[in-house]
Amino acid sequence: MAGITITGIGKRFGATVVLRDVSLTVEPGEFVALVGPSGCGKTTLMRIIAGIETADSGDITIGGRAVTRLPPAERDVAMVFQSYALYPHLTVRENIAVPLAMRRLSAVQRLPVLGGLLPGARARRRAIASEVERAAAPLGLAPLLDRRPMELSGGQRQRVALARAIVRRPAAFLMDEPLSNLDAALRVQTRREIVEIHRAAGVATLYVTHDQAEALTMADKVAVMMDGALLQISSPEAIYADPASLQVATFIGSPRINMLAATADAEGRVDVAGLPVGLRAQAHSALTLALRPEALRLAQEGLPVIAEHLEFLGDGLLLHARHAPDGAAVIARLEPEAREKVQPGAALRLGFAPERALLFGADGKRVAARADARLVTA
Amino acid sequence: MTARIAVLALLGALVLMPYLWMVAASLKPVSEIFRASLSLWPEHFAAAENYGKVLARVPVLHYLWNGVVVCGGILVFQLLFAVPAGYALAKLRFPGRGLAFGAVMLGLLVPPHVPALPLYVAASGLGLLDSYTALIAPFTISVFAIFLFRQFFGALPDDLLHAARLDGMGEWSIVWRVVLPNAWPAATAFAIFSVVSHWNDLFWPLIVVQGHAHATPALGVLYFRSEEAGDDFGAMMAAAVLMTLPLVLAFLLAQRRFVEGIATTGLKG
Ligand SMILES: Nc1ncnc2c1ncn2[C@@H]1O[C@H](COP(=O)(O)OP(=O)(O)OP(=O)(O)O)[C@@H](O)[C@H]1O
Ligand SMILES: [Mg+2]
Repeated sequence: MAGITITGIGKRFGATVVLRDVSLTVEPGEFVALVGPSGCGKTTLMRIIAGIETADSGDITIGGRAVTRLPPAERDVAMVFQSYALYPHLTVRENIAVPLAMRRLSAVQRLPVLGGLLPGARARRRAIASEVERAAAPLGLAPLLDRRPMELSGGQRQRVALARAIVRRPAAFLMDEPLSNLDAALRVQTRREIVEIHRAAGVATLYVTHDQAEALTMADKVAVMMDGALLQISSPEAIYADPASLQVATFIGSPRINMLAATADAEGRVDVAGLPVGLRAQAHSALTLALRPEALRLAQEGLPVIAEHLEFLGDGLLLHARHAPDGAAVIARLEPEAREKVQPGAALRLGFAPERALLFGADGKRVAARADARLVTA
Repeated sequence: MTARIAVLALLGALVLMPYLWMVAASLKPVSEIFRASLSLWPEHFAAAENYGKVLARVPVLHYLWNGVVVCGGILVFQLLFAVPAGYALAKLRFPGRGLAFGAVMLGLLVPPHVPALPLYVAASGLGLLDSYTALIAPFTISVFAIFLFRQFFGALPDDLLHAARLDGMGEWSIVWRVVLPNAWPAATAFAIFSVVSHWNDLFWPLIVVQGHAHATPALGVLYFRSEEAGDDFGAMMAAAVLMTLPLVLAFLLAQRRFVEGIATTGLKG
């Protein structure tokens, strides 16, 4: 069945290791977002899957076929490039037709005028023309078919690039930051269009972005990459609520997750600066307790903080504060009504449900924790 | 702004002057050409005699046709070799690429007159003297064209080529269907350079051509001068006008397209 499986991909450019043992599966019909900071190797991985770049090690299967040694054209993938990479000298119609013409017409049949006279060519050309129109129409490209890329806006070029990718019904789509050149409003609109195209086509899609909001909203599965290694592959919900490492927890989510130094005593009771937080873990000396801003609320008991300033978001408030014992920055997302109670400089307490706290060991790996029934803060 | 236009007009006039003088002289009787006073406009028109003499004495159309065949042949082969070579040097990685490019650079340093003698010996040895092949073959590989195209193709975005490969194009299709159409300004500039220089070339045709059969326009003017015109400058100027006319006409007709090509072939994705 169609889908992408990569196993153990490694790649280095000279002395720099760009990809380390990357393995990933995109099931048929699945939409996987690959996120990571700039320069972590996302584009390189895409190029390797497409066959534009060769890997030093590892294997690639697309649609059930081993394609590691095949040239790009035979891999049956379509790629949308960050720069669109439309043919500047061809019209929109011709741009979208290229992948079909290259596959279905012989070299002679492709000749400008003469080719149309050959037996069979005319019927095939007509079929191609109608498929081009069918791919272009849902993207709103019908009125633009005779323009050249230069005469289109960024968003329109983007859609032409999408149409060129879907027209040939490949086994897999690769999209490399296709929205990064669009403005915010257009990005949100095109995001939805891409998801709809993906649904309609039902094709395995690997979507690269460094915008975590894009990844969380669009994908069935999110793969987080850093420094050339995949750190976690999970559903958007799990990536957000149940990150496997501190790196993933800090990369995903905005504003950033709060981090406080914590310790577990000999019995495994976890405390932050002497304050028991109602969690038990294995006895560790140094831990990091991480809390999403929305897990915090104003309370009678809890983490002591000094309020610094407030940001009004419309449906809520962001409280920027400092943890009183060690000065660590803490951000809490509060109800709008909290505004009266919170003055800059005020000493406050922030409570949280223990099950919403995440614990990480000194190596950044997640540490198992369970709520300590006898001791609940706030 | 106006100052700039004035300067440009002056420079233009300076460049145009010899050509205008040639055209004017071709319309005058000899007695008027050698008059002490300077005047562009002829008092007596001798156009009919001058041009008539040229057309009657030498096969002008035949020379022009030779010019078209030779320049066209040279240009076609130059593009055929230089475009793929420039593409390979700019965009493909293969062992020996640096060496190959070094050889091209070295080739640029060799003046065309240096290999003339060995080429003549070779042509004569192969029995090719006084033929179109002898006129065309030595110029089919232009290192200048390879260099020019390599520099120009280097600016093409790599993603465009990658997209073409994913769309199913082989390297050969990429060269002719993607790279060359997007290098229109470079190709145009080179075509003008090549056609003009070979149309006007006298050195090589003089070496390999004997007689009228394969004479190029420049050689034709020379023949006319030595055999027919003597010191009839009016007729000689008429011959020169006729031989350069196709270039001037071609440029005037194509000018719009050249400028358009340069203006619209921006490579913004
Ligand atoms: N051809 C190359 N030669 C040498 N180094 C390269 C090459 N291509 C990429 N790199 C390096 O590999 C690393 C990963 O690059 P890559 O383009 O995959 O990053 P990315 O995750 O796509 O980043 P971005 O989000 O900025 O697009 C970078 O450090 C880059 O400098
Ligand atoms: Mg990238």
